[in-house]
Parts: sequence; C-alpha cells; structure tokens
Amino acid sequence: MWEEAEERKMDITREELDRAFDERFPAEIREKLRNGRVAIAGLGGLGSNIAVSLARSGVGHLLLVDFDVVDVTNLNRQMYMIPHLGMPKTEALREILAQINPWLDVRTEQVRVTPENVRELFSGWTVVCEAFDRADQKAMLVSSLLAQCPDTIVVSGNGMAGLGDANLIQTRQQMRRLYVCGDGMTEISPGVGLMAPRVAICAGHQANKVLQLITGQRTNSRDL
Amino acid sequence: MVTINGKQEQAAGMSILAYLQSAGYSPDKVVVERNLEIIPRDRLGAVVLEDGDSVEVLRFVGGG
Repeated sequence: MWEEAEERKMDITREELDRAFDERFPAEIREKLRNGRVAIAGLGGLGSNIAVSLARSGVGHLLLVDFDVVDVTNLNRQMYMIPHLGMPKTEALREILAQINPWLDVRTEQVRVTPENVRELFSGWTVVCEAFDRADQKAMLVSSLLAQCPDTIVVSGNGMAGLGDANLIQTRQQMRRLYVCGDGMTEISPGVGLMAPRVAICAGHQANKVLQLITGQRTNSRDL
Repeated sequence: MVTINGKQEQAAGMSILAYLQSAGYSPDKVVVERNLEIIPRDRLGAVVLEDGDSVEVLRFVGGG
C-alpha cells in the first residue's frame, strides 16, 4: 500500500499541488501558512485530525509528538488505518501526511511529555496544540507551556466525549496565550466514550483557530 | 476578597491548593493563573491568595 503511494507521489509535482490550493485566497495567506510552525502534542483523535487539517491547509512546518503506538481501539476516531497497527503514531501520521502533501516539513518526537522536557521540545514553535486525552496530562502540558514558553500560543481541546450536541463545542480565549476548544465539561467516564464526529469537530475548532492565528485573523467574538 | 473566575470569593489567606480543594477541584486537573501569572502544580500549596488577587481556574476533563 505504502510502496504504491510512494510511486504515485512522483505523478504529481509540487507546483501542481501548490496550484491545487484554493486560489480564491490571496497569495499572502498561502505564504503565511507555508511559513507556519505548529506543534501537536498528542496524536490521538484530536491530534491526528488536527494534523491532517493543517497539512491539507498547507501549513509548512509541523512537529508531531507522541510516545504511543497505534492500537485497534484508536480506529474508531483517529486517522490511522489497519495497516498502521503497532506502528509509532508519529511514524504512522507522518506517512498519512506525506500522502496528502509530501513537501511539508514534518518532524517527529516519540517521547512522553513532562514538565522537564516541555521547554526543549516546544521552544521556537509559535503555536502548540494540546491534544492529550487524560485531564491531568492536559493540565500539566498547558500549565508548563504557558509558564516555560513565553512566545508560544496554546490551543487546547477540552470536553468532546459523549453524544451531546455538536453545537456545544466552541472556541474560547481563556487566557492571554490560551485558546480552549470543546464543551468544557463532557468527559470520558463509565458509559461515556468518544465518537469520531465530536472528536473531529473539536479538532476542527482547534485547527481553525491555528489557521486564524497563523494568518492573523481575529474573528472570534469570544476573544479577550 | 479574591476574584476567582469572575466571582468574588472569601479566599484571602488560603493557599491556592486549599482553595481548590475546598471548591471541589482536583488540583492535578486544573491550570491556575493568578494576576496573569501561571502557578505551576508544585507551587499551588505555597502560594497564598491575597486581597485583590484575580485568579482564573481552568478545569480540564478527559478525552482526546
């Protein structure tokens, strides 16, 4: 499967792919996206969807961070497919992104994020997407990023479990350098799991906020 | 009085950790900003709230 994709990659040129970008947007926007630098911490339902959206949007530089490998329980909501089972998520997602746009600068770090390595991993990345699944890990990452990386803006996902209304998922600026997407309350618990649509909607909110930040749009009435 | 998430609270003199526990928050699952400064998890017990402080507590839930 991958070998075939690798061969077919050469059937399309970088210029053709560039031209395929929606040209109704001005060239200036495309340039800002091409120069965008976005890190994604956690490559599960949120992170894998965010990465695919940003790759399709032409965001030029991506850092993918996750310690885990693809498991069968990921297939219900994450971008991975059966041939990826057992692969590190960093590598599986790199392959998926390469099939969307092989000319993106995609870097990977297969590590567990801790308060001790946050600065080293994420300094220099303009925007970091928090896309972990455990609440304590989300809090640890957001707190560490805001405290240790003074030039970084954080876009976090919070509350997308269950089968509640899609419209409850929103984007809010919660602190000067922190945007939070989600319904803010629905968590995984016995009897309440994660479904592809709400997870993808939340990831879409995060990716959209990233695009707004990179291109300099400020359109959210909930911004501070 | 301390302003916490926009509401006036009688929390002056308490550590942030003590306030969080009294208000039912799980200290491992929140991000706390006091007067626009992030207070790391390991300092929540050491930082004492003062009259006029403005605090934001953001509670995280699991799922991703």
